[in-house]
Amino acid sequence: MPDSGTNTGIGASVRRKEDFRFLTGKGKYTDDLNRPGQAHAYFLLSPHARAKINGIDTNAAKQAPGVVDVFTAADLAADGVSGPICGWVVTQKNGEPHKSPAVSALASDRVNYVGEQVAIVVAETLAQAKDAAELIEVNYQPQPALIKMKDALANGAAQLHDDVPGNLCFDWEIGDKAATDAAFKKAHHVTKIDIHNNRLIPNAIEPRAAIGDYDSGMDMMTLYTTSQNPHVARLVLAAFMGLGPENKLRVVAPDVGGGFGSKIYVYRDEIVTLWAAKKLGRPVKWTAERSASFLTDAHGRDHDTHAELAVDKDGTFLGLRVSTLANVGAHNQIFSTATPSYLYGCLLAGQYRTPAVYGEVKTVFTNTAPVDAYRGAGRPEATFVVERLVEKTAKEMGIDRAELRRRNFIPPDQFPYQSPCLVQYDSGDFPHLLDRAMEVIDYAGFSARKQASAERGKLRGIGLSCWIEACGLAPSAVVGFLGGGVGQWESANIKFNPTGSVTLYTGSHSHGQGHETVFAQIISEHLGVPVESVEVVHGDTAVVPFGMGTYGSRSGPVGGGAVYKAAQKIVEKGRKIAAHLLEASVEDIEYAGGTYSVAGTDRTKTMAEIAFAAYVPHNYPLDVLEPGLDETAFFDPMNFTFPSGAYFAEVEVDPDTGVVTVLDMVGIDDVGTVMNPMIVAGQLHGGFAQGIGQALYEQCVYDENGQLLTGSLMDYCMPRADHFPSFRTEETNQPCPHNPLGVKGCGEAGAIGSPVAMLNAVIDAIGVNIDMPATPEKVWRALQSQAQAAE
Amino acid sequence: MYNFNYYRPLSLEEAAQVLSAASDGKLMSGGMTLIPTLKQRLANPSDLVDLSEIADLSGIEAKGDTVVIGATTTHAEVADSEVVKSQIPALAALAESIGDPQVRNRGTIGGSIANNDPAADYPAGLLGLGATIKTDRRQIPADDFFTGMFETALEEGEIVTAVSVPIPKKAAYAKFPNPASRYAIVGVMVAQGPAGTRVAVTGAGPGVFRVAKMETALEKNFSANAIEGISVPAKGLNADMHASADYRAHLVGVMARRAVTAAG
Repeated sequence: MPDSGTNTGIGASVRRKEDFRFLTGKGKYTDDLNRPGQAHAYFLLSPHARAKINGIDTNAAKQAPGVVDVFTAADLAADGVSGPICGWVVTQKNGEPHKSPAVSALASDRVNYVGEQVAIVVAETLAQAKDAAELIEVNYQPQPALIKMKDALANGAAQLHDDVPGNLCFDWEIGDKAATDAAFKKAHHVTKIDIHNNRLIPNAIEPRAAIGDYDSGMDMMTLYTTSQNPHVARLVLAAFMGLGPENKLRVVAPDVGGGFGSKIYVYRDEIVTLWAAKKLGRPVKWTAERSASFLTDAHGRDHDTHAELAVDKDGTFLGLRVSTLANVGAHNQIFSTATPSYLYGCLLAGQYRTPAVYGEVKTVFTNTAPVDAYRGAGRPEATFVVERLVEKTAKEMGIDRAELRRRNFIPPDQFPYQSPCLVQYDSGDFPHLLDRAMEVIDYAGFSARKQASAERGKLRGIGLSCWIEACGLAPSAVVGFLGGGVGQWESANIKFNPTGSVTLYTGSHSHGQGHETVFAQIISEHLGVPVESVEVVHGDTAVVPFGMGTYGSRSGPVGGGAVYKAAQKIVEKGRKIAAHLLEASVEDIEYAGGTYSVAGTDRTKTMAEIAFAAYVPHNYPLDVLEPGLDETAFFDPMNFTFPSGAYFAEVEVDPDTGVVTVLDMVGIDDVGTVMNPMIVAGQLHGGFAQGIGQALYEQCVYDENGQLLTGSLMDYCMPRADHFPSFRTEETNQPCPHNPLGVKGCGEAGAIGSPVAMLNAVIDAIGVNIDMPATPEKVWRALQSQAQAAE
Repeated sequence: MYNFNYYRPLSLEEAAQVLSAASDGKLMSGGMTLIPTLKQRLANPSDLVDLSEIADLSGIEAKGDTVVIGATTTHAEVADSEVVKSQIPALAALAESIGDPQVRNRGTIGGSIANNDPAADYPAGLLGLGATIKTDRRQIPADDFFTGMFETALEEGEIVTAVSVPIPKKAAYAKFPNPASRYAIVGVMVAQGPAGTRVAVTGAGPGVFRVAKMETALEKNFSANAIEGISVPAKGLNADMHASADYRAHLVGVMARRAVTAAG
């Protein structure tokens, strides 16, 4: 049992404070909220992947029972409201910025993917809105859709956007081409690989939703929405979408049921719902249906990559060359340029001291839903390329997979290590992670287990991935230098109440991560307040001073850092109050665990007494010190954090059917200081489930006309509990050297390291290279082709 | 969902009456296919006649050498039934493999066979066991009941009331589920008993079908070896993103052998 109640500080497995309301159905999600007099919105979505819109007739719909109004792109354009924006300018090989097409708030003269929002119907009831939507007549002129990247890039291909020639979003490079070419000339062996990183649909358990509310007396707009970063949403809505000014806009993201990146962005439905509320002078509510989520939530991954590794005679890596096509879908969103460039390319060196690396990425617009950051965002893709290539090299050279990696690891004494891919790794002990992983999985015993499986007619395989990622987004100056549009600090405000309890306002946003517990543990550790006495408030721009939200595994390292800094400010102010109350000099006041004492005496004051004195300042140094115990801190990290890990997967394949059974999944992680082991394990388990889902089950499929074939949970296979064994995870607890808590972040780790470990295991079992997901038929066909080749 | 009139009759007579009076009425049992279809606005019936409150339609009992299962008996009830588990364990296991707990607690045997989804499990179960389908008008052998994709021998307004399943000497159901929907990509019921030796396949084709060559071979020698090498042609089988026709044809052989082995 977690030792809740005895120790609630950092490192304790405190049970999640938020779970009572989540598990008893008492959470308050956006769709649980209702505003007085609210109307309901329904969006008409495009049935075509590519079509011209020659006209939209909404007259019949406007006359339908219960309809308040129907709006199209023209109505929003007339009010100066525009659509989603891109948040990161990527500089191309030729020095020019990437191409971002102008995006209107609703589709105007054309549609570019199935599901693109064409019109909004607002009615008294949702059923009336849906009935009326059927009466909207859109004069579409369908055109052949460009679904595959190579078709969109082909000479003479039609253009999705007038302002994007050749459908090319950017052509970007990283690393040293000349040095890499020279390294390949010296190679004893070159391993080549062509791989596809499958496209995924996020499927957060809570669909996206929004309520727009306008207070005409205050001239204040409020958007209740499923956002991972409400302050960023407010900034973007005000600065770029014409829904400001910022001081007249409030964004509330209440309980949010999962995001995985898909709720970072400001979507058309949210923009239009908010605008409609002001236009109509009454609240407007919209909630996505699951089928709309499939079509309109930003998808993830979707890379085609050719990569080559140049290797010395003894297996030393000399150079790595990577060329990737990345699908960005129909238009850009906030991170859709950063994800396949910096968040991908900067990790191509992996855990290895490969001296020369060169990567190039072309991103392509296609008639599919926008693709953006999804759990791991670029780093699973990089890990996939590197660790497939390394595994294949080991096989081709006849060197044990673990030994080959060990020969090439960056040694623990070489940190900080300047990677050839821009970033400077801060810390890591890769041999230790691998050693421990090999012990836990019993690597030495694998061949005996394989034999035992063979005796039962099964093919057993083992797969390894040694991965590193960059997260804890991020040092603002670096992000700005690389083209990012916002700062990436975090803020925290600690307010002591007069009776000694604490309210913490954080700019991080929890949509399942457990901030209410972990941030309370930081307060408990540093201010001596039990977690039960700490209220963590997040997700409302009217209440929380500022914030950049939660993505990129940043809440622990950056949000937690801000909480720590604010706590230190409290401690220092409290020291002055204590000095006054204890009639000692400030220099003589010692602080530990929520108690101030005069050095060398038994005279003490508790933090609760200090708080009371601060708010009831009858005996207080008012001439030199303000009353109150309320401190705000901003934390902007010096570097990214670099979690790393060694993951083993073990599988058994049924050669008769091709079914892959996951037997074991071991993860040894360096995620820095572990603040709550139970929550870290939960994050890693969830990441494993998503990663194995990608490796074995999940696949977004569009047909050649751009219709989404995997448009429901009947056809898109989400992983289930019964697909998995009990996961085995351990953390090394090696602190990050450059943030105050030593935390590296663990939200994405599991999803970054596990897909390739799993695919490597399947390929090891069957002896044939295949792509993800390793579905039964794909595995069976690979075995058939191998058997035929052997004949 | 479009508007419709909703009825919950208490007797078969009343159900038939309401249905015949409706301009475009639809019978509903568990609603596991119909409700999603309505929610997606893919169906627009004038009237919905919910059979769930008709007392006589639910329940399981052993009658002589058969087990009789009422039409509105849920999959969970079949799966948990002591009668079914002891007399026809293969059928209890089949019911346990359908969908998920929500589906098993709402979906019914009568609804499943009247819908005759080509990937549903019960059609293979009833055809493989040589069951008889009872309606408010007549009795229909399973061999005549399942006529094609979502097609049955039921006439306009005819209501399934029960199925009567002969107790086999041995039987087993082997299923290769679609990992997403858990419908059968291929499901094979193999049985030997009063209805003869039967091999019935669901999921693979446009409707449930029997494999005569396998039945003949098993008649002589009820063992997996006996049907090794007997394949069904891929031509005419279903093909979609989850499984090609070739793969389904292959799986019919694998699942049939596994069912035979499990039947013992």
